[in-house]
Amino acid sequence: MREGLTNLLSGLPQWLQDIALPVLFGLIPAVIIVLGVVTPVGLVGIWGERRIAGKIQDRVGPDRVGISLGPIKSRLFGLGQSVADGVKLLGKEDFIPPGGLGLMFLCAPLVVFAGALALFAALPFGPALWAADPNLGIFYLLSVGALEVLGVLMAGWSSNNKWSLLGAMREVAQVISYEIPMAIAALCPVLLAGSMKMSSIVADQTNGLDLWGLHIAAPEATALGWNLFAAFPFNIIAFVVFYICALAALKRAPFDLPECESELVAGFLTEYSGMRWSLFFLGEYAAMWAMSGIATVLWLGGWTGPLHGFLAGVDVGPIPGGVFFGTLAFVVKTTILFLLMIQIRWTLPRLRLDQVMSLCYKYLIPAAMLCMLASGAAALLASGGAGS
Amino acid sequence: MSATHPGSGGYIVPTRDVASEELVLNMGPQHPATHGVLRVAVKTDGEVVLDCEPMVGNIHRCKEKIAENVTYVQFMPYTDRLDYLAAMNNEECYARAAEKLLGLKLPERIEYLRVIFAEAGRISSHLMSIGTYGLDVGAITPFLYCFREREEANHLFEKISGGRMLYHYMRIGGVARDPDDAWIQRLLQFLDQVEEKMDEYNTLMTWNKLFQERTMNIGVLSREKALAFGITGPALRASGIDWDCRRDDPYGIYDRFKWEVPVADGKHGTLGDCWNRHYIRALEMKQSISIVRQAIDKMPKANPDELPPPESPHKPFLAKGVPRSLQAPKGAEVYVRSENPRGELAFYMVSDGGKSPYRVKVRGPSFCNIALLPEVTRGYLLSDLVAIIGSIDIVLGEVDR
Repeated sequence: MREGLTNLLSGLPQWLQDIALPVLFGLIPAVIIVLGVVTPVGLVGIWGERRIAGKIQDRVGPDRVGISLGPIKSRLFGLGQSVADGVKLLGKEDFIPPGGLGLMFLCAPLVVFAGALALFAALPFGPALWAADPNLGIFYLLSVGALEVLGVLMAGWSSNNKWSLLGAMREVAQVISYEIPMAIAALCPVLLAGSMKMSSIVADQTNGLDLWGLHIAAPEATALGWNLFAAFPFNIIAFVVFYICALAALKRAPFDLPECESELVAGFLTEYSGMRWSLFFLGEYAAMWAMSGIATVLWLGGWTGPLHGFLAGVDVGPIPGGVFFGTLAFVVKTTILFLLMIQIRWTLPRLRLDQVMSLCYKYLIPAAMLCMLASGAAALLASGGAGS
Repeated sequence: MSATHPGSGGYIVPTRDVASEELVLNMGPQHPATHGVLRVAVKTDGEVVLDCEPMVGNIHRCKEKIAENVTYVQFMPYTDRLDYLAAMNNEECYARAAEKLLGLKLPERIEYLRVIFAEAGRISSHLMSIGTYGLDVGAITPFLYCFREREEANHLFEKISGGRMLYHYMRIGGVARDPDDAWIQRLLQFLDQVEEKMDEYNTLMTWNKLFQERTMNIGVLSREKALAFGITGPALRASGIDWDCRRDDPYGIYDRFKWEVPVADGKHGTLGDCWNRHYIRALEMKQSISIVRQAIDKMPKANPDELPPPESPHKPFLAKGVPRSLQAPKGAEVYVRSENPRGELAFYMVSDGGKSPYRVKVRGPSFCNIALLPEVTRGYLLSDLVAIIGSIDIVLGEVDR
């Protein structure tokens, strides 16, 4: 397709080609990805959270907004609620607090959203289904995920509001701390696979189980090769540590201190309204899903596993079965982790800042370090000892 | 660290000491965690609360002055609006104060109905305070569970009095309506439901490790300080002082029931901390359930000689001989107290022989309890301040009156 379009454009003057080609092959796919993947993920995520919260709390939740197109009338389980809310938020006043730093205030939600968006660039949805697969994939994902802190600090700083500032201070303290155990925990699969490339980490998980030097060959469908079971039981701990850190990095309960409504009004979001406020939200939910996706790739075999293993040969129309069921497996696993985040939020009380910090430095970092050591040792044993 | 010094002509110069500056935060009156329109001025160093001052009076509505200008009967609905989460208990106390001032005797059935409604009101009020306490420490779901149960209480009260929150059910010398058997059955079902769900709340909150981390050893109120500040209610009993107005200064017919006053023993956390205040409320609900059941068991049928059925459904259910126009003897004065869900509520009433009281003074438990806020919050974190306010459990309607 690319060649066809290039040939089609070759009749145009050179300067026009110079502009048209990047737009055609860079900007337009990027916009399609943003509108077609990230925004729906955020919108459905918000709907899902509210719906599940409703079920957990013994109430109905949003179930009204569906479609009404002539004879087609359906509530669609309220799936349209996020869209309706988005339209409402678009019409709200775009309030900029007087005395604040206006430009910074305006840019903060964009930085947060961009950070969440960039996560999707290196997320492998299925076999060969990714925007990019850089050699330093996991390194890129962890660094880009940290962009959010900058946005939140900008938001809190520029709001000219004490509650916002306190919220931003909490966010920075919390997220920077939790990135340490998160990165260390993420190193375990990297050590096992010997690569930071996301596709290599997934491929490494189809080879069966390495149990402290003992190799158990197992077909992909058994899911035994997942990193979760490698260096047993240390990678299960590493997975839990990563998941807890992801909750903290995403400001999800019980770590939602930066925006906790009962203490800081709305934290760094206090002065935000309308579309800028909803950008924070969209970014948060997109990042939640992306973080679940990273955990899936690192420990739960990405697109591999029973679903993909059994059905790889069954083609669905023009789509090869490997791609279809691989993507389905990835989406299912990621969504389960995402739903777990929602359930945790609606069950647990919130921690206090000092407790959040002590959990990180006293328990999670040592645990992550131990897991990394164990994974390194396991990788060494699997490769045949120190000499090889 | 840098700051603008007085002598520097407005230029920013680095300071020598590295102490961070204190920040004055205005928490409220529109803050979500101050349970209404309380404003707390907080002096903080980062997140540490150095000092705080509750500033009350934002919804002062001249309740006591109004009492001097309306008749005894007309003031009854105003008492609902004091502690609007426990309106039944306020009415009960005011009705008893007015009856004592006017020298009225109550029939047995009315006495039992008073106890049933006051204790059902206590359950409903404690459901609210336990639920919102979960909200204060960040657990949103228990709050909605408690509201599910409270909704049933609201339905019950609505059925009998017409109001879901402000009932005007108690009348001087009687009550508004005599509950029928179907209503009593539904009340018993409600009690069973609450008793069953109590375990759920305790799992989600009381025995939850995270909840305990947030509330245990926080906002410790010592025995001595509790007495010195005149703290009453669950907050007093959480500090280990065995005092309950219903048992130690018995009023109504509370001496006829078998029940216990839950007092904190310091086995969990520290005596007088937030967790104990919360836990005492949970225990009190169980006792209230038991009292209501006993009262329903023992309640006699109405004797038409002393308690005739009302002439029409629109007339209240009053004892025989209660005059239409109430007038207390000149110079009569009473001080009547009762155990409200939040502490001791008392009415001091003086009569000058007219149709309205000469003076009514309300001793509000929330107003007295909020005074201890600065004492117990110094040195804790901002998050703890929210937990402490929630555990003291104030209702601003009664603080400001």
